Amino acid sequence: MNYIDHESVAKKTNSRLLKNKVLKSIFLAATMFGLIVLAILLYRIVTQGSEYLSLEFFTSFASRIPENSGIKAAILGSIYLMLVVAPISMFLGVGTAVYLEEYAKKNKLTNFIRINISNLAGVPSVVFGLLGLTIFARFFGLGISILAAGLTMSLLILPIIIVAAQEAIRSVPKELRDASYAMGATKWQTILRIVLPAAIPGILTGSILALSRAIGETAPLVVLGIPTILMFTPDSILSTFTALPMQIFDWTKRPQVAFHDVAAAGIIVLMTLLIIMNSIAVFIRNKYQKRY
Amino acid sequence: MTTTVKPKIQVPEKKKESASRGSVYQSNQLNLWYDTNHALKNIDLDIKENEVTAIIGPSGCGKSTYIKTLNRMTETIPSVKTSGEIIYRGKNILEKGYKFEELRTKVGMVFQKPNPFPKSIYENIAYGPRIHGIKNKKILDQIVEKSLRGAAIWDEVKDRLNENAYSLSGGQQQRICIARCLAIEPDVILMDEPTSALDPISTLKVEELVQELKKEYSIIIVTHNMQQAARISDKTAFFLNGEVIEFDETDKIFSNPSDKRTEDYISGRFG
Repeated sequence: MNYIDHESVAKKTNSRLLKNKVLKSIFLAATMFGLIVLAILLYRIVTQGSEYLSLEFFTSFASRIPENSGIKAAILGSIYLMLVVAPISMFLGVGTAVYLEEYAKKNKLTNFIRINISNLAGVPSVVFGLLGLTIFARFFGLGISILAAGLTMSLLILPIIIVAAQEAIRSVPKELRDASYAMGATKWQTILRIVLPAAIPGILTGSILALSRAIGETAPLVVLGIPTILMFTPDSILSTFTALPMQIFDWTKRPQVAFHDVAAAGIIVLMTLLIIMNSIAVFIRNKYQKRY
Repeated sequence: MTTTVKPKIQVPEKKKESASRGSVYQSNQLNLWYDTNHALKNIDLDIKENEVTAIIGPSGCGKSTYIKTLNRMTETIPSVKTSGEIIYRGKNILEKGYKFEELRTKVGMVFQKPNPFPKSIYENIAYGPRIHGIKNKKILDQIVEKSLRGAAIWDEVKDRLNENAYSLSGGQQQRICIARCLAIEPDVILMDEPTSALDPISTLKVEELVQELKKEYSIIIVTHNMQQAARISDKTAFFLNGEVIEFDETDKIFSNPSDKRTEDYISGRFG
């Protein structure tokens, strides 16, 4: 007695193969949708913005006349912002991850913290803007400064860095830690000499991706009240500034159509910056990825 | 069934002088629990210096757990509880406040799977001395050479000290791990099935090395392989379900065990 009736299986084969083909094309369409939209977007931006993209665009301040407008203040502001955000968010993020993964006892409290860090990553950026305005700008009296915005952005990307660093630390094999502990190394010596060197590619990749999110983030800056027309460059972390996404946002709001093309030029600069940062992240991941 | 089956494992002739030797480890009524799992039950063992002590037994009998309590590595697993005492050189290492970092500088460990660090061969060996504060390059060089010679791998790697340890074969990696352990100049070396991941030729090299090392160090080796225990050890302890069934001279255990269960195990009736 056979359980499989090969004749009826043969009859059904064609419909099974057809189903496979149909689904394949549906998934292809799903992939193409995103790619095509992205291509159209890029095409429009490049055709619109390229005529304003020149050396003067990088060396002049914002202006009432579209032809004279530039992003000097905005690009410098964004760079200063990153110089504040990168060290603060990486120190706090990696520190938190090291504590949670290596030192903290595995109990209900640490579990609660872990879950809530992931939740924090889902909080809308506007809310972080409000938090920054209340605490850093007003309560600590930092005003509309690079430091206030930098601290706000650090909080915003902190959960992303923590989660990435936790995963990188967790992927370091237990055998390596055991080998170190078995020679009388303390936790800190093991973390510094074994765990972090092995985890650093993952940590850097996650951090760079998080930073590239911070550089493109607008909402918290709007809530903080960052100015858009600034005729000077910041001289300290306590001075006011403007940033690339703010400048672009302002240009797109203007009634004159010419400013929309200036905005497109700004978008090209911002996107190039993002692509460079993401490429560095991918490069680090591929180059230093270790297999055990 | 009668117990006439003669164990087939041959034990080489060994000199007997253990009566005169001092103890390195004495376990008194040692108990260990993983949560509610009672993994070690009232272990009493007296391990002498400059001997090779083999611990044999079927999987899950507590032999690895026991060796890991000897340098308190069991504590890297949460929810482990112990009672009783382990006296190492006159001090109870399970006592509260005992600095296990200090213990582990005197008690080296070689693991089941070769686990070199993803660093150069040199850095692997220099790791232990470095964490204990040795910075002088000349001294480090000497320690690295001495340790690699001690682990009988110097000639194979002397020209490639800066290569990543992962470029070596599994057997070489394990001898690098032994050299790394020698670099902290230990008193005791714990080996947790050090050859179970190695091919027969590498296994033979490690076994020869153990014979060499016992002149200077006390060695406690967990092994799954009874022939290995018979070949290299002076004393053998047979563990079963978390208890020590028998602990005696290796030739006595393999030729004339006093417990029926030991005989059944070494003659291959279970395990």
